[in-house]
Amino acid sequence: MRTLIKGGQVIDPGRMNQMADILIEDGKIHTIDVNLQPTLKNPESVTIIDAKGLIVCPGFIDLHVHFREPGFEYKETIATGVDSAVAGGFTTVCCMPNTNPVNDSQSITDFILRQAKIADKARVFPIGAITKGSKGEELAEIGELHQAGCVAISDDGIPVMNSLVMRRAMEYARAFDLPVIDHCEDSHLSAGGAMNEGFVSTELGIPGIPNAAEEVMVARNIFLAELTQSRLHLPHVSTIGSVRLLRDAKSRGVSVTAEACPHHFSLTEEAVRTFDTNAKMNPPLRTDADVQAVKGALKDGSIDVIATDHAPHAVHEKQRQFDNAPFGIIGLESALPLTLNLVEDGVLTIEQAIAKLTCEPARVFKLPFGTLALGADADVTLIDPKKSWTLDPSRLRSKSRNTPFAGWTMKGQVVKTLVGGRVVYEAE
Amino acid sequence: MSLKRKDLLSISSLSPEEIDLILEAAEPFKEVSGREIKKVPALRGKTVVNLFFEPSTRTSTSFELAAKRLSADVINFSPGSSSVVKGETLLDTARNIESMQADIIVLRHSSSGAAESLARHVRSSVINAGDGWHEHPTQGLLDLFTIKEKKGRLSGLSVAIVGDVAHSRVARSDIHALLKMGAEVRVVGPPTMIPAFIERMGVKVFSNFDAALPGVDVIIMLRLQLERQGRSLFPSMREYATLYGLNSERVQRTGTDLLVMHPGPINRGVEISHEVADSSQAAILDQVSNGVAVRMGLMYLLSQLQ
Ligand SMILES: [Zn+2]
Ligand SMILES: [Zn+2]
Repeated sequence: MRTLIKGGQVIDPGRMNQMADILIEDGKIHTIDVNLQPTLKNPESVTIIDAKGLIVCPGFIDLHVHFREPGFEYKETIATGVDSAVAGGFTTVCCMPNTNPVNDSQSITDFILRQAKIADKARVFPIGAITKGSKGEELAEIGELHQAGCVAISDDGIPVMNSLVMRRAMEYARAFDLPVIDHCEDSHLSAGGAMNEGFVSTELGIPGIPNAAEEVMVARNIFLAELTQSRLHLPHVSTIGSVRLLRDAKSRGVSVTAEACPHHFSLTEEAVRTFDTNAKMNPPLRTDADVQAVKGALKDGSIDVIATDHAPHAVHEKQRQFDNAPFGIIGLESALPLTLNLVEDGVLTIEQAIAKLTCEPARVFKLPFGTLALGADADVTLIDPKKSWTLDPSRLRSKSRNTPFAGWTMKGQVVKTLVGGRVVYEAE
Repeated sequence: MSLKRKDLLSISSLSPEEIDLILEAAEPFKEVSGREIKKVPALRGKTVVNLFFEPSTRTSTSFELAAKRLSADVINFSPGSSSVVKGETLLDTARNIESMQADIIVLRHSSSGAAESLARHVRSSVINAGDGWHEHPTQGLLDLFTIKEKKGRLSGLSVAIVGDVAHSRVARSDIHALLKMGAEVRVVGPPTMIPAFIERMGVKVFSNFDAALPGVDVIIMLRLQLERQGRSLFPSMREYATLYGLNSERVQRTGTDLLVMHPGPINRGVEISHEVADSSQAAILDQVSNGVAVRMGLMYLLSQLQ
């Protein structure tokens, strides 16, 4: 099986940015060079993909998705989740353990991997729970989760409030070199909150979640990572204070990495003014100062990765009143154009933007993907960076529709997605 | 002139002209309420549904009376709020009410934004009778009406709003209403009860009640929700009464012919002393009767549109 991706601008961040052809053989990157076609042996047996005018880059990696299987299949299944992933250009996703039951055991991890294999689209790597049932009390069987294939541990959705439990988790995870991800939110400070605490929450009379609810936990986790010499990964960084703490920690050499979500650099708390429950997520949309700080941190590398925190919820759940609606939005199919907006705005170069979606997340979780190196698995995404389209929620591949970007004009479209050399998505 | 909107959801969305219009429309209905036969046929044949997800005898009675004095058919509907998942029922209930051909739905709900989302889903006019901590626009209007009646004007007055501003829809509607009509607003309370950046609304913030008093023409005392003590918003009722209660001494300190208001029901001896509550300066009962007139005026205007 050979495929030639012909005439595209190949961007493999840090390695290559030029017009070139890519020859894929047996699911691996075989050769990359200018004008490969005339050199092919048995050219009639090669599938040609015309990439003229397109960017050809490694398949995207999302370190933070919530596929709702097992337990909440009405929101998303692993099958619909990976469908949505490849439509967004993602070839690898890491799914959080807050399913029902929680992924705190080998058998749930096995189940997720089995479902992913059946779906056979994007690569799926489960994230195991830190504590049994994500209750924040006793450690989950982290060693067995690791053996079963979990690539990190987290109780995401819920913070590990007990600092001693977190300390022990970090220490224990070190034995398996697993990154620890804490949903940074002091649940006492955020109790009852439904949006950012600020002028908008004051005007709307919606209970607020202050920046400090995130920042005190970011600070705690950084100190614990320092104490335990473990790998800390900070999800969905949303505040100016978290960015400050992160920068300080990195400058002191603490082993900490971080991600930002497209919604946190694309929207502010103003989006809540219409009481739109699709603008409700946790951490909440913050102020413009916070958005600028997150962008600045993406630019200077303090924030390593762009991850979606793809969190599907059914229409009837998001139809509840704002304070009672669940937190979270879907994000896989809007991540690319929102990230490209950062390029348009001069925050990132195109290479940096692609790096935040490919080699950077691969580095953070030590995954052998996100590269077009010779011999690597041919996970490739083809992008038309100029193509404009309107986001119509009913046309998304995800099972859910909870996006605040409905009706937005998006610039930049995924044209084709390949996993292991096989086309798993093609734009209509 | 008529009100060119289907619903009344907030004061923040009203223009000063619209506020004037509603206050003027209330005027003749105040007179009606003083008559022997307190009824006019303005809403004959119309249906008003009082949909109260939160119990509030005071407000629902006022709306009921207003609708009945306008000769409307009134249905009171108070779905239990504890047994059902809030919000899911709101939209389900809304669809049921639509099919009853309600002309006006009066909604009280514990969630901020509930009235806006109901209004989006029904053809009926929606009047927000209080949504979460967000707004209680008819309270704001009746407070304006009462102040104007007693002081002869709104513009240039200095009004203090005292108490748990953070958790008060009355405070938010009053602030918007007073500022739009040209009054100066001071909010007073312990910092635990003053929400973030409220000064950006255009008010002055005081944590010392006495410092806020000089020159104040009107004081609106907010009801203290006693259960908030457990949430570290204030240490004790005794201390709250000392620091933020309105007594005769503080009334003196304003140096003006002070008007005292309260949306009710009063915690006597906590936010307001007996003497002050029963004094001639207190307009608390006028607020109640004006509430009916203002709601009549509003329903009349909304029905004109249909
Ligand atoms: Zn989280
Ligand atoms: Zn998450």
